[in-house]
Amino acid sequence: MTIETYSVVVIGGGPAGLAAAIAARKAGILDVLILERDREPGGILNQCIHNGFGLHTFQEELTGPEYADRFIVQARELGVACELNTMVMGISRERVVTAMNREKGMFRVQAGAVILAMGCRERARGALNIPGYRPAGIFSAGTAQRLVNMEGYLPGREVVILGSGDIGLIMARRMTLEGARVKVVAERMPYCGGLKRNMVQCLEDYGIPLKLCHTVVDIQGRERLEGVILAQVDEKGRPIPGTEEAYTCDTLLLSVGLIPENELSLEMGVELDRVTSGPVVDENLETNIPGVFACGNVLHVHDLVDYVSEEAGRAGKNAAVFVTGRPAEGERRQIPLTAGQGVRYTVPQRICVERTEPCVKIRFRVDAVFQDSYISVYRNGERIMHRRKAVMAPGEMEEVILPGAMLEACTGSERIAIKIEKE
Amino acid sequence: MEQGSCLFLWMGQGRITIMYDICIIGAGVTGCAIARELSRYEADICVLERCEDVCCGTSKANSAIIHAGFDAQEGSLMARLNVEGNRKMDRLAKELDFPFRRNGSLVVCLHEEELPVLQALCERGVRNGVEGLRILSQKEALEKEPNLQNTVAGALYAPTGGIVCPFLMTIALAENACVNGVRFRFDTKVMSVEKADGFYRLETDRGMVESRYVVNAAGVYADVFHNMVSRHAIHMTPRKGEYFLLDRRAGTHVSHTVFLLPGSMGKGVLVSPTVHGNLIVGPTAVDIDNKEGTNTTREGMDTLAAQAGLAVRDIPLGQVITSFSGLRAHEDGHEFIIGEPEDAKGFVDAAGIESPGLTSAPAIGSMVAELLRERMDLQEKNGFVAKRKGIVHPLDLPEEEQSALIRDNPAYGTIVCRCESVTEGEILDAIHRPVGARSLDGIKRRTRAGMGRCQSGFCAPRIMELLQRELSVGLEEITKSGGSSRIVTGRLKESTMERSEKNSQEGEA
Repeated sequence: MTIETYSVVVIGGGPAGLAAAIAARKAGILDVLILERDREPGGILNQCIHNGFGLHTFQEELTGPEYADRFIVQARELGVACELNTMVMGISRERVVTAMNREKGMFRVQAGAVILAMGCRERARGALNIPGYRPAGIFSAGTAQRLVNMEGYLPGREVVILGSGDIGLIMARRMTLEGARVKVVAERMPYCGGLKRNMVQCLEDYGIPLKLCHTVVDIQGRERLEGVILAQVDEKGRPIPGTEEAYTCDTLLLSVGLIPENELSLEMGVELDRVTSGPVVDENLETNIPGVFACGNVLHVHDLVDYVSEEAGRAGKNAAVFVTGRPAEGERRQIPLTAGQGVRYTVPQRICVERTEPCVKIRFRVDAVFQDSYISVYRNGERIMHRRKAVMAPGEMEEVILPGAMLEACTGSERIAIKIEKE
Repeated sequence: MEQGSCLFLWMGQGRITIMYDICIIGAGVTGCAIARELSRYEADICVLERCEDVCCGTSKANSAIIHAGFDAQEGSLMARLNVEGNRKMDRLAKELDFPFRRNGSLVVCLHEEELPVLQALCERGVRNGVEGLRILSQKEALEKEPNLQNTVAGALYAPTGGIVCPFLMTIALAENACVNGVRFRFDTKVMSVEKADGFYRLETDRGMVESRYVVNAAGVYADVFHNMVSRHAIHMTPRKGEYFLLDRRAGTHVSHTVFLLPGSMGKGVLVSPTVHGNLIVGPTAVDIDNKEGTNTTREGMDTLAAQAGLAVRDIPLGQVITSFSGLRAHEDGHEFIIGEPEDAKGFVDAAGIESPGLTSAPAIGSMVAELLRERMDLQEKNGFVAKRKGIVHPLDLPEEEQSALIRDNPAYGTIVCRCESVTEGEILDAIHRPVGARSLDGIKRRTRAGMGRCQSGFCAPRIMELLQRELSVGLEEITKSGGSSRIVTGRLKESTMERSEKNSQEGEA
């Protein structure tokens, strides 16, 4: 088997992979390769035909395919190599990528740096342990989106949606526009899982009820779905007897969470964060394996693609720095970042003392809805940043930027924590 | 709807009904094992199945265990066929190329005072003819299976216990039977069986079928057919068993099949690896009335969660990828009923086939075939094909062979199901081989596409496309598992789409 070599190999040609490859190329790396399993680059954007993409990146409102196209064109113009219909089967710690496609069969690529950009998958029904039959007509929202937007078929006519993730909200509107009747969106948590703007534009504008603290407790119909039973849940998420309501429907869409696809990362020994299910990274978005970077939804689930592109750009640039020779390696001293009270996780999870960028951007999610609260940053128990925010919700990603000055004189023995405080 | 060598003839309004030598009702593992054994002989054989594929009832929803044979009552048919079936597995799995592994089983005893019961179980097993049984001390048990509860008092070790893929086993038997001339008629539900002069008349929802002999392998419905022809009524209760299937990440949590010392309702909740590297936990045991009641229940799942950890600790139940339920065909006497009722000669029951039915299937197949050979004076046929090759999974091959395969047929270079690494080549093979797949579930059972952690979220549209192309049907016709289980209801607002397509074409011109 021949081994090709590339300075930077990007695993996945979705929004993250494209932006990372472009950034690496712009940082002076001539040979950048994207390996993409689908028939075309662009990833899940290709089926997101609604608009609302690019407000941050391009200051205009684009559809998913339009947004992807801007990156695809740029990557092509920059001469980024791209192997489509290609499945990566494994990556070694020495950054040898084994992949497979129709033309080459199994082949290997030695990468100078690897950027993980495999995206995420949807949580399936099985993981939810919903009792009942297993008929046709139960789809993850993204699968339904693909059937509608790419294949041109309607999955069903009477729809119940479980989970208020963004794809579910978007599909509530999409199915309604295609003539289906969306009866209700049930959400187990006491808050909407998706963006506020989607809640308004996809549900409220169409009069689709959102039932918070509700879940599906039974699925009926042996061949095709015939109905579901909804019930209210208590604080622990357990259904409350006596609150059951029957809905007839032929379709149940699930929008109950996204899971970063880190099977390759796990196999190669990348350390994963138990909360994000994505790699643990430093401020360069580098994993515990030197020269292996991660960005986009494989790192943590984003709500806006603009943030994915921005983050992936940093990963690409840092991969380029790694390849062109990072200033003297030695022992890397790292400061751990802790998700304190009210914070589910942070990305990055640690900051190098010898960092290459002056400022450090930290993204995180809160674990409940907070109003009139403060984002506080602590260093060794001392509050070094305090910023008021009117509303924070788990469905919207938050960020803080730590200026260089705050990190100066750090030796690596410090601890930095982010908390949400009332005052 | 018929798959096999011969076409069914239809002439105008009136049908020419073919008289079969043997009709087998039910294409589960029992029916298929019998069909395969009978296909050694010169006979016109047909399998009638109400579903769209083989392996759609109890055969698809069970523990996937090849039992050693210490459980069944001494001297029972169940005990004999269990041990016989177990012994046949190595050769059968080799001949028909389906996954089977003797991983060994452990019956765990948690309380010192129950050790005599474990000892008695061991002795029963020895008398049943089970080889290699041994009582392990706590230390030995924990050495063999480190994730057992530390408090285990002892365990019965059965090295002949094994695990199998029940889908691939049933499919392999069916394919091999088909290659040897057995016809399979799917989507054909037998409504009644009636004794006529020297033959039986089977009324189906697709017309009348006549047959000199009938084999009743109808699973939970076997009592219904039996009672149509015999006054010696039998009665079967669907006994529901629910299961959790866990991600491959959890697949090495145990390496043996771990049972708890049996109680009154069967063998209790077991924990076992599967041949495909997942972990299975189950079943529950609840008697129900509904022979179609394959739904899972909240109570069942709670029971599983509560009992799973009794023998094995730290089972990562957060990694459940799916749950399912199956119905055991529990006969009142808890015994296999195999043979002709006194008052219905030519009608052969294979009824009450509950656990260890999967294990016993090869032995049941031989027993029924032998019975019919004698009764019908069947002659062995020339050119019986004993071997069958399964679907090639490129990733199981050495690298050079993989590359050669892809060079010959590039479809093996395209991964369709990313979770289970199933290629397009495998899916095409599944569709076109004898008794081929016609639905998403049919593809899933043959190739595992859609069985992984994303549960077909990504690959379902791709597989639908392949089914559509290869079977030349509309996407609307494609089902999850036959019948009315269609995946999509139709094209998007058809008229609007056509209009916009037309407009764009005009625009281009």
